[in-house]
Amino acid sequence: MRTSFKAAALVLWVGLMLFGGAGLVERLSNGHQSAAYGSYIVWGLWVSAYIYFIGLSAGAFLLSSMIYVFGVRQLERVGRLSLFVAIVTLFMALLSIWFDLGRMERFYRVFTSPNFSSMMAWMVWLYTAYFLLLLAEFWLVMRPDLARWTAEGGLRGSLGRLLALSGGPLTEEQNAWGSHWVKVLAAVGIPLAIAFHGGVGALFGTVSARPYWHTPLVPILFLTGALVSGGGLMAFVVSVFWPQRDEGYRQTVAFLGRAILGLLALDLILEWAEFSIPMWYGIGHENDLLMRMLFGEFWWVFWVVHIGLGSALPLVLLLAKPERPWAVGLAGLLIALTFMAVRLNVVIPGLIEPTLQGLQDAFVHPRLIFSYVPSLFEWQVTFFIVGVGLALFYLGHRFLPLTGEREVQA
Amino acid sequence: MGMNRREVIKAGVLVGGGVVVAGAAVLKDRLATGSTDPVGKETVRSLPVLKSVPQQREEDPLLRMQRELVHAMAKPVEQRRWMMVIDTRKCVGCHACTIACVAENKLPPGVVYRPVITEEMGEFPNVQLRFTPRPCMQCDKPPCVPVCPVKATWKRPDGVVAIDYDQCIGCGYCVTACPYNARTRDLGEYYTHDAAVGAPDGEDRPVQGPHNSWEDQTSHEYAKGWSRKNHDSPTGNARKCHFCLHRLEVGQLPACVTTCIGRATYFGDANDPESLVSEMAIKPNSMRLLDHLGTKPSVVYLI
Repeated sequence: MRTSFKAAALVLWVGLMLFGGAGLVERLSNGHQSAAYGSYIVWGLWVSAYIYFIGLSAGAFLLSSMIYVFGVRQLERVGRLSLFVAIVTLFMALLSIWFDLGRMERFYRVFTSPNFSSMMAWMVWLYTAYFLLLLAEFWLVMRPDLARWTAEGGLRGSLGRLLALSGGPLTEEQNAWGSHWVKVLAAVGIPLAIAFHGGVGALFGTVSARPYWHTPLVPILFLTGALVSGGGLMAFVVSVFWPQRDEGYRQTVAFLGRAILGLLALDLILEWAEFSIPMWYGIGHENDLLMRMLFGEFWWVFWVVHIGLGSALPLVLLLAKPERPWAVGLAGLLIALTFMAVRLNVVIPGLIEPTLQGLQDAFVHPRLIFSYVPSLFEWQVTFFIVGVGLALFYLGHRFLPLTGEREVQA
Repeated sequence: MGMNRREVIKAGVLVGGGVVVAGAAVLKDRLATGSTDPVGKETVRSLPVLKSVPQQREEDPLLRMQRELVHAMAKPVEQRRWMMVIDTRKCVGCHACTIACVAENKLPPGVVYRPVITEEMGEFPNVQLRFTPRPCMQCDKPPCVPVCPVKATWKRPDGVVAIDYDQCIGCGYCVTACPYNARTRDLGEYYTHDAAVGAPDGEDRPVQGPHNSWEDQTSHEYAKGWSRKNHDSPTGNARKCHFCLHRLEVGQLPACVTTCIGRATYFGDANDPESLVSEMAIKPNSMRLLDHLGTKPSVVYLI
């Protein structure tokens, strides 16, 4: 039963990678030619996927920081897993935005000649710092177990010696030093994660040419969105991948469920403010854009995916079965998966209207239009990134002591 | 009956003389068309002036702007301030400027620097068209410049907002930041890539193949040579109107100005109070696009 499930998962994953790999080959050989975005709707699926993945990362990280800084005992056991998920989703985010660049080989220029008046430059520098911090913190929390590996022979032993930078198990002193620095890094990481993900929101919010983005609430919405989607992902991951199904497991999952319930409610209140204020009297450019997003061609992205599957159903699950791990896990999965709809509804409606009416008829070309549906090719590349992320997560889950207890028992 | 000899001779002389006279007249006529004087009275210029078409009393504004351009280019770059004035009442929506710009800058598909916005006003039978050519506004407060993460775009001292194609990473942020949609993204497309060609049997068929070599022609933007061959820059970059800086450098007006059939686009140095643009820009019917955004455009419209 278990092997057949694994085999089916492997077949699905290989299929995903073949489907996505074809897109990757197309991207690397023919650039952007098969993409559906153009000169007016200049950002599409990949930028949406970028802010989606990076939101998951910031959310998962903030959750792990709560544990190490404030010592939320109920969550102590999921700290490593949160950090690892934050690293994997950040990597997926960076891949997404890298493929969107017109000149991929020049990405390093953001480091060699940054323009610090640009919110994008700030964002890149902040998430680079965040990435380094994640790696350092992850290494520190993993080090005691890696050091324990050194006693073993074979691949694990040499891997342990290589990664732990230690000849044998860590001393009490080394462990104390490690947990001290974990606490410090987590404490530094909280403002850093808030700054960098708020910065992702500000990247949109500061663009005065786009009234749909240009609201002060956008960076705040990005933060609550990160917390609720990242928290949802963690609730799902913990409920499924935790090795023991004991009382502690049930309590941890229930705690995560209460956390995402509160965050989801907060996020919906902020969303209500963001939409109802410009729409209340039904007049104005921003009202028209929001009307188009809510009741236009892609109304179902908001109502069915985000509100129905991503908000209402999880709310029902979390309120009705708050103590059931399967219900919390399912609610978390629904929130995390459907949050892509929220991200798409940030990026695309902001670009969907010409700022000068009549521009759409001025010079006719498929790249000079104000409508956008991601092409198959764009989905392929995104699915390739998803496949890479799943593989990384599986490898980590399989080979790294992410759920500490298993190691202890062994 | 019959003619006597004298009469016959007389008739013969008359007929013969007539033939000679007629022949000479025809010959003279033929010779007259072979005049070698191209501007003399005998040429087309001597045709009567049509009363319904008034003669142009003043010189062509292009000539004046050309002189002013040469004058401005003699100054140091920081002392000139390029400005464009577009008289929308003279624009007939022929799109010649758009196409001239495409040809001048070798623009690929999906990239356009100066589209002419066409708006239909009213409902049938009361319908009017309004045309608004839209180059880059070369704003004094350009929203596209501070957003660039790698300092690839900046405001020149002469007022033009320039892009360094060798520095741009192609993130598209500036494209979103322009409230005029004046920046476009070169996504590496070609007009003739995989284009259909006529097959010998008369049926068109798609051809999987490379683009035509004329699409690799060098463009001279920013007075450098740019070829999109092998996906080189400006492929993948943001692109925009630059008032044909490379033409200004060699004393030529921007391509959209010289090709405007209605002389609806004026161009010159706003720092020169005597220049035509300085005269036109202060007209009471002048306005700037989306002025309320505070971008302070260098393009002025007369409406």
